[in-house]
Amino acid sequence: MLKVHRDICGYCGCCVSVCPEGALELIDAYLSVEENCTSCGVCAKVCPLGALEVVHEKQV
Amino acid sequence: MKSKYDVLVIGGGPAGALAAKTAVEKGLSACIVEKRPAIGAPVRCAEGIGKEALQEFIEPDTRWISAEMTGATIVAPDGFVMQLSSQMAGSKVGYVLDRKFFDRELVWKAAEAGADVAVKSRAAAPIIENGVVRGAKVDFCGKVTNVRAEVVIAADGVESKFSKWCGIDTTVPVREIMSSVQYVMTGIEIDQHSTVFYLGNEVAPEGYLWVFPKGKNTANVGIGISGKKSGAGHRAKDYLDAFVKKTFPHGRTIEYIPGGVSVCRPLECTVADGLIITGDAARVVDPLTGGGIYNAMYTGKLAAETAADCIGRGDVSKKALMAYDKTWRASKMGKAIERNYHIKEYLIKQPDTKLNEIIHSVSKINMTEFTTLNLVKEIIRVNPKLVLELGALAASLR
Ligand SMILES: Cc1cc2nc3c(=O)[nH]c(=O)nc-3n(C[C@H](O)[C@H](O)[C@H](O)COP(=O)(O)OP(=O)(O)OC[C@H]3O[C@@H](n4cnc5c(N)ncnc54)[C@H](O)[C@@H]3O)c2cc1C
Ligand code: SF4
Ligand code: SF4
Repeated sequence: MLKVHRDICGYCGCCVSVCPEGALELIDAYLSVEENCTSCGVCAKVCPLGALEVVHEKQV
Repeated sequence: MKSKYDVLVIGGGPAGALAAKTAVEKGLSACIVEKRPAIGAPVRCAEGIGKEALQEFIEPDTRWISAEMTGATIVAPDGFVMQLSSQMAGSKVGYVLDRKFFDRELVWKAAEAGADVAVKSRAAAPIIENGVVRGAKVDFCGKVTNVRAEVVIAADGVESKFSKWCGIDTTVPVREIMSSVQYVMTGIEIDQHSTVFYLGNEVAPEGYLWVFPKGKNTANVGIGISGKKSGAGHRAKDYLDAFVKKTFPHGRTIEYIPGGVSVCRPLECTVADGLIITGDAARVVDPLTGGGIYNAMYTGKLAAETAADCIGRGDVSKKALMAYDKTWRASKMGKAIERNYHIKEYLIKQPDTKLNEIIHSVSKINMTEFTTLNLVKEIIRVNPKLVLELGALAASLR
């Protein structure tokens, strides 16, 4: 599952541009994650601030 | 906002503003929908643009120009400083804009010319009929309205979703997104008329770090690194913080700006039936410099001109709209993107030792005018062996 750390996110859209599934959308200052996210982690890698994290089910 | 326009523009950045303004000047009805509550804010840009490039579209105005640049400085990985004086920088010197005001001015100009503008209004889905884009569902504070159009111009920036919803793959490869952070800093010692670029794998892997002055003691201090090089503990922000701590320990940060810049090739095709894609959404940023303001304005204007033509002839099919795609690819901008893509691909593969060597040799050249084209020609002249390494690049210069 993809977790958005909203306290860190600066709503820039960098992550949205690399998501192969089109699962992210920036709604002004709110980053939304849709159900088709595959937890591939590509977005978490490129986020300049480190606001995204793939959390494995066990840890939830 | 009405329920039908000749042209519906998604996004109120430089691409969208120029598209809407041009459309109404051509006698069409047009509306810009912008999802943010305020045009131009927050800023996602280092705000640099060439003087001549800017003047192609608008007369410079001190209300939205922060500073005028008369030179540029490149700092090599080994710390060697190469200065490009004003004579060398020639006509290529530029401005550092104040994009909050600049973007607003462009949208004002579009509105003044007769375009409608709707802010806090997000295109939430396209309207597609028989495979043809016919408008968008626009969400304003939870209320969704169908807005129909002969042609939709997608100008929705790096975070573009509209074209993806229309079935076009706009995904930027991880290695070709510049993961970026910028601080607007004040109370720092800078040359207020020169931009500074720092290169090197220690400073900014597969990217660069910039200091763009915005006046006395104030500058945009930012960095872009390849998404491939980004990860926990070594993100753009980590690199920038290390640089700032060392270089501007007493500076104060008055604005905190993350962002993404695509440095990939443009979309394979930038039109579909009833749809034209412009600016960052079309991935037409210069892959070497990361500059996209000019390219956004250029493609926005061209998109509206093409739309006007095609609407006038009653044919908004992909085939008809292809005139747009063909024209920008053949333009000076299109050619520069192709050439600079090769230069970028070459430079990012070089170790710091090689970058040092190149910068040292280039600094000895007496260049009459500093342009990337002249730069490459000189690099090749000084290192003839490079022609082999540069392959496709060298071919594109002939
Ligand atoms: C850190 C950084 C530094 C940069 N430095 C420079 C520089 O020095 N010089 C330069 O030339 N370029 C620079 N760029 C690039 C430049 O900012 C962009 O190329 C330029 O803003 C592109 O203009 P645009 O109109 O295509 O997109 P944008 O300016 O991004 O505008 C797109 C607009 O569309 C809106 N939008 C998105 N989706 C929707 C939707 N569904 N509905 C309604 N509205 C929507 C957005 O809110 C946004 O306002 C930089 C970029 C970054 C991130
Ligand atoms: S890249 Fe990071 S900071 Fe930018 S919108 Fe995505 S999560 Fe937020
Ligand atoms: S984890 Fe992968 S699929 Fe999920 S939002 Fe991020 S990039 Fe998209």
